[in-house]
Amino acid sequence: MAIEVPVEQVLMVAAGLFLLGLLGVLVRRNIIFLLMSLEVMMNAAGLAFIAAGAKWGAPDGQIMFMLILALAAAEVAVALGLVLQISRRFDTLDVDAASELNG
Amino acid sequence: MDLALFWIPAVVALVSTGFVITRKNASHALIYLVVSLLSVAVIFFVLGAPFAAALEVVIYAGAIVVLFLFVVMMLNLGKTSVMRESRWMRPGMWIGPAVLVSILLITMVYVISGMPDASVTRGEVVGPKTVGIQLFQPYLLAVELAGFLLLAALIGAYHLGRRYLEQRREP
Repeated sequence: MAIEVPVEQVLMVAAGLFLLGLLGVLVRRNIIFLLMSLEVMMNAAGLAFIAAGAKWGAPDGQIMFMLILALAAAEVAVALGLVLQISRRFDTLDVDAASELNG
Repeated sequence: MDLALFWIPAVVALVSTGFVITRKNASHALIYLVVSLLSVAVIFFVLGAPFAAALEVVIYAGAIVVLFLFVVMMLNLGKTSVMRESRWMRPGMWIGPAVLVSILLITMVYVISGMPDASVTRGEVVGPKTVGIQLFQPYLLAVELAGFLLLAALIGAYHLGRRYLEQRREP
């Protein structure tokens, strides 16, 4: 079942989720929490796409959401490999530890 | 009354996301992330996108969060990491980013609520069949590009992970 929801309200919820994710990215120093906040931000973008698709009754919003999903899966796979490397090489999860380009 | 079906999961999503970014223990934050993703899936269902809702549960709350949990377990984060988190996350650090983000939020709410015509979602279900037909006809190129992206990510993740395992075996 589906109900009629004003698009403005859905977009406001999406904006709220996105900005909470942004706040997490700005404040946290642990790289695992940074990645979680990035997931939240991409999820909010997907919510905005779904809302736009539902406004026109078209499947395009869901298709863009699926592409975002593929992007998120690819990003997480590579980023978690990097997390393992950083934790092994610097013995910490602080993103600032990996700030120097050093061969 | 109908709008409650939208706002209840929306509030749950916002509150649990707030918990995700403030927890000190990574596995607790992951559980809150699952709650947030599941409530966003409920919102998708309410908006008439059941296929996207199913994908959200299966891929986001299933696969991606489980990947995070594997890494958190591999890194063996314990009490010391919680103490380190509280050293990194002093209350004063929240002020600047929170002010900036709330400025952005106020601007966005102002812009969104000032949209000229009040528009409402159709309230009709767009099922998997419609999505599939659209996905494999006009969007076929996007699907192939996504396939390339996933292949590149697979090779990258294998490369990074293999070096991790080999170097750990040496000592």
